[in-house]
Amino acid sequence: MIKLRINGMPVMAEENSTILQAARKLDIKIPTLCHMELECFNLEHRIGSCRVCVVEVSGRRNLAPACCTPVEENMEVRTHTLRAINARRTMLDLLLSNHPKDCLTCEKNLDCELQALAQEMGLHRIIYKGEQSKHKIDLANESIVRDMNKCIMCRRCETACNTIQTVGILSGIKRGFNSTVSTASEKPLVETKCTFCGQCVAACPVGALTEMNRTYDVWRALNDETKHVIVQTAPAVRVALGEEFGLEPGSISTGKMVTALRMLGFDKVFDTDFAADLTIMEETTEFIQRLKENKNLPILTSCCPGWVKFFEHQFPDLLHIPSTAKSPQQMFGAMAKTYYAKKIGVEAKEITVVSVMPCLAKKYEAARSEFTRDGVRDVDIVISTRELANMLKEAGIQFNDLRNSAFDNPMGESTGAGVIFGATGGVLEAVLRTAADWVSGKEIKDIDFDDVRGISGIKEATVNVAGKEIKVAIASGLGNARTLLEKIRKGESTYHAIEIMACPGGCLNGGGQPYIHGDTDILEKRRQALYEEDREKTIRKSHENPYIQKIYREYLGEPGSHLAHELLHTHYTKRKNE
Amino acid sequence: MTIINTPEKLGKYGKELKGALSRNIKTEILVSMGTCGIAAGTTPVLDELKKEVLEQNLQDSVRIVPVGCMGICHSEPSIEVIDMESGQGAFFGNVTTEMAKAIVAKNIRAAGVHTVAKSWYYPEEGQNAESVLQARIVLRNCGRINPESIDDYISRSGYQAVAKALTSMKPGDVIRTVVDSGLRGRGGGGFPTGRKWQFAAAQKSDEKYVICNADEGDPGAFMDRAVLEGDPHSVLEAMIIAGYAVGSHNGVIYIRAEYPLAVKRLHQAIDDAKGMGLLGKNLFGSGFDFEIELKYGAGAFVCGEETALIHSVEGKRGEPGFKPPFPAISGLWKKPTIVNNVETFANVCAIIRNGADWFKKIGTENSPGTKVFSLTGKINSVGLIEVPMGITLRDIIFKLGEGIKGGKKFKAVQTGGPSGGCITEANLDSPIDYNSLIALGSMMGSGGMIVLDEDDCMVNIAKFFLEFTLDESCGRCTPCRIGNKRLHEMLNEITIGNGTHEILAKLRKLSENIKDTALCGLGQTSPNPVLSTIKNFENEYLEHIDHKKCPAKVCVKLLSYEINDSCVGCTLCARNCPVACISGEKKQKHVIDQKKCIRCGVCYEACKFHAIDKN
Repeated sequence: MIKLRINGMPVMAEENSTILQAARKLDIKIPTLCHMELECFNLEHRIGSCRVCVVEVSGRRNLAPACCTPVEENMEVRTHTLRAINARRTMLDLLLSNHPKDCLTCEKNLDCELQALAQEMGLHRIIYKGEQSKHKIDLANESIVRDMNKCIMCRRCETACNTIQTVGILSGIKRGFNSTVSTASEKPLVETKCTFCGQCVAACPVGALTEMNRTYDVWRALNDETKHVIVQTAPAVRVALGEEFGLEPGSISTGKMVTALRMLGFDKVFDTDFAADLTIMEETTEFIQRLKENKNLPILTSCCPGWVKFFEHQFPDLLHIPSTAKSPQQMFGAMAKTYYAKKIGVEAKEITVVSVMPCLAKKYEAARSEFTRDGVRDVDIVISTRELANMLKEAGIQFNDLRNSAFDNPMGESTGAGVIFGATGGVLEAVLRTAADWVSGKEIKDIDFDDVRGISGIKEATVNVAGKEIKVAIASGLGNARTLLEKIRKGESTYHAIEIMACPGGCLNGGGQPYIHGDTDILEKRRQALYEEDREKTIRKSHENPYIQKIYREYLGEPGSHLAHELLHTHYTKRKNE
Repeated sequence: MTIINTPEKLGKYGKELKGALSRNIKTEILVSMGTCGIAAGTTPVLDELKKEVLEQNLQDSVRIVPVGCMGICHSEPSIEVIDMESGQGAFFGNVTTEMAKAIVAKNIRAAGVHTVAKSWYYPEEGQNAESVLQARIVLRNCGRINPESIDDYISRSGYQAVAKALTSMKPGDVIRTVVDSGLRGRGGGGFPTGRKWQFAAAQKSDEKYVICNADEGDPGAFMDRAVLEGDPHSVLEAMIIAGYAVGSHNGVIYIRAEYPLAVKRLHQAIDDAKGMGLLGKNLFGSGFDFEIELKYGAGAFVCGEETALIHSVEGKRGEPGFKPPFPAISGLWKKPTIVNNVETFANVCAIIRNGADWFKKIGTENSPGTKVFSLTGKINSVGLIEVPMGITLRDIIFKLGEGIKGGKKFKAVQTGGPSGGCITEANLDSPIDYNSLIALGSMMGSGGMIVLDEDDCMVNIAKFFLEFTLDESCGRCTPCRIGNKRLHEMLNEITIGNGTHEILAKLRKLSENIKDTALCGLGQTSPNPVLSTIKNFENEYLEHIDHKKCPAKVCVKLLSYEINDSCVGCTLCARNCPVACISGEKKQKHVIDQKKCIRCGVCYEACKFHAIDKN
């Protein structure tokens, strides 16, 4: 431990920790902007670029950035001397001088760290005027809008893309005032190996990276008399949406959400969890088949579109091992436009399927050409959790006061297995619950596979499925996925099944979720909420979902049938690794 | 090729070379073949000299040596003719091919060649002369030997220092000698070199690195290029010594790709040294191995900052990182790394050979040794000089530089490159070293020295240097990326007549904030030209602000052109004016319409009768 004094107060700090961390122990929050710490993933983005956190250190010629200055024995730090405050304000003045002042119409209005800091520091006047950066806005993809005119060069997106996800498409380019973050040759994202996971958006403190907003398309559909408009909601949405309305993180708002969606005017409110159960039926069938044949193992889950695009670009030699099962979102879309359309007696093109997703890659996924049949998309519009919250606010729906209501049928009933899809490890646990029953031919009671739970990046477990030792691994975050994939490529993997989610922690930390601004406790609370909802469910195994049983009975035949393959499975494409 | 693996062999080989050289040769003609000389046209002169020697059948008694920079840039192409018997040499400048014949025939006066009066002082060899101002340690071989010949280098005590270190000194002794010598980093910071080596030596690590920083980039600075082009082996030898001292086996020379000749000569030097066993495995039978590779910089000034340089070598974007940890603890590939500048290395061999005490006798107490400067700007003798620390700027500018061009009045001298400051007449007599320059609000920097005269506008000069940092900032931290841009914009407002006292106050405050907050040395020193010109030439700023006048008549927007009574009505000005704002009858005095005039100065240049006043 290292002893130092901050503002005259003694404090003990860990070796190699920073002034910023030491100050926190004294309940002093030194303002930061570029700094990002994701505690539960053990990740700190220490770049020291914004210089907003400068403090005075005795004996040092210039001011020290608290976020990246290590503590030293007997260090004397003063955090709010006039010199430090003046310098800090100047840094913000400078950032504002090169930032558009259109906060009122910015996507991140009231959710912007620069704006909040300017308010906290009492900046009420633009001190420096001059040239402002002019960059082309990248609007060429379905998921992410990049407006580098708003960029403050905190470079958090680079850490998200390169260090956490190892996708590696973002880098600082050019020099001086012209420097910015961009792709190689400043290509639009759509021409790169971007996975559209949206972790860069989640990391961006300002409005430089935001989702491609589709709320107006939803409004238009809802107001189109000729359309039957239905909505599906992903598992992770219900445990995060409440945060946008001031509810405690970890609040389960499933019932309120359904009520709110109905109030918005959706004709039917369905659940992606139902489709998750369907996914388990198909994927488990495929898994058991491969186990029997001892072929193409390990099977890799395929419900995450960011992950799918990642391996298509970076591991094109391994395209044969992911499950061919579509993601729940796309299974839902396919069922809605066939089974459900038939059931209610309308044509597929008259149905508009809206998805509410914690994810930005889902926007891209829905637009993939494989998911269009006869010119009709299976999923028409995808909005994020944040966008849904905006719509509810726009509609004046008092979310917190709503009563609970239940999803519609036949695609609203789901099991606990479907719910936990929203957390890392959930899909695999759901597979194991069904596989255990099917392989053993019994109804296994002990279905809590605790070893595969938890937020850490890579988990390994050996589980007993009907007397057979099954080796599984779970990775969340594409960097962790890469570690496992490299193992497979080198032939060092002995796993039977691997679950991969692009976002660290799984969908609950998706690029479309309410911003956490570095508070990873929120993620843990969301995770616990998902498992709570699982526990509360009467049915917790996918194959026991009566509506799933019904859909096979009435329409698909059995899992892995010809029709199931046509509607519920997909194929992958080799893509350029650049 | 001879393999040299003991100090004895080296000594014997060197003696043989000297003997062979001096046997019949009566005259040596050294031809300046650095980039500067070649650009000025030395190549045809060299060819002509060779041809002439053959034609006159003098090849046995006259030796022509292509050498690196001689330092007399003002008179390139330059050559030196040395009479081997007396050892006396004479410099000739602005040599043309036509003069070559006369030079070979030693019929110099007849040819009317411009003789350069220059004396040299080599403290290494014990020569001394009261009247000479230069002292050559770093440039001891520059302009003296053929840089592409390892034999030339060996014949002048080359590789003796490393032989001594490897065979008779422990690594600790080497470091102690460097510490005791008081050698400070010549790249600009002035950090004690020996201490840096101590830090790296103290680290336990399976690998360490020695990096030579050859990313010279200050505007108007060419010291390192001269060393690398003129004496590449001296840097290689010093790097091996450094490697031995700190326990490293890998050297990297980070050199800007815009120095192709230096790159070529370094490659040749590395190949030659390897060929003779002077680089590579088991050097001088000591069991010590050392390899050197070259890495090219892509032209970013900021990569001269050591952490940015390391990032660049690693293939990352050339951006500085924060210290601590210092590279000596965790540098290239996170291994202990020492980064020393070319000129620093070039001092090392002489120190090892002659000892710390010898070195300390030169220069001042806190800054022993010499410093190489590239003397440029409004000065009569532009060139490369090496002077002992403690010399006065007045001696440099008025003696070595031979005063201000065109008899104009000296105004200031900018030292320390774009991040330095300007020093005025009042301080010309203070002896210069690391500490005194900082006390004067400037710094040593890497050795660029730009002399300004009365025709230079100091606001404009500040703007010029800031423009450089603006272009070269990596853009990482806020103060450097945006702050310098705003400083530049404010300076611009002043030079176009929109200056206010508020802007001046803001300039001061923002400059102080940038110094206080920027991440690396580039940013922390970038406002220096602004602060230093405001401090020394506030009146000039106020003239721009209060009276909208530029006293040096540089700031175009603040000028007015008027036609005086000397006008004869030749109409030349009117015909040249791009906006047709000059009117008047033929043979009548013309008039400039001030409202239309764009102050381009074309009329002023065109007029043959001094009839246009610039105010």
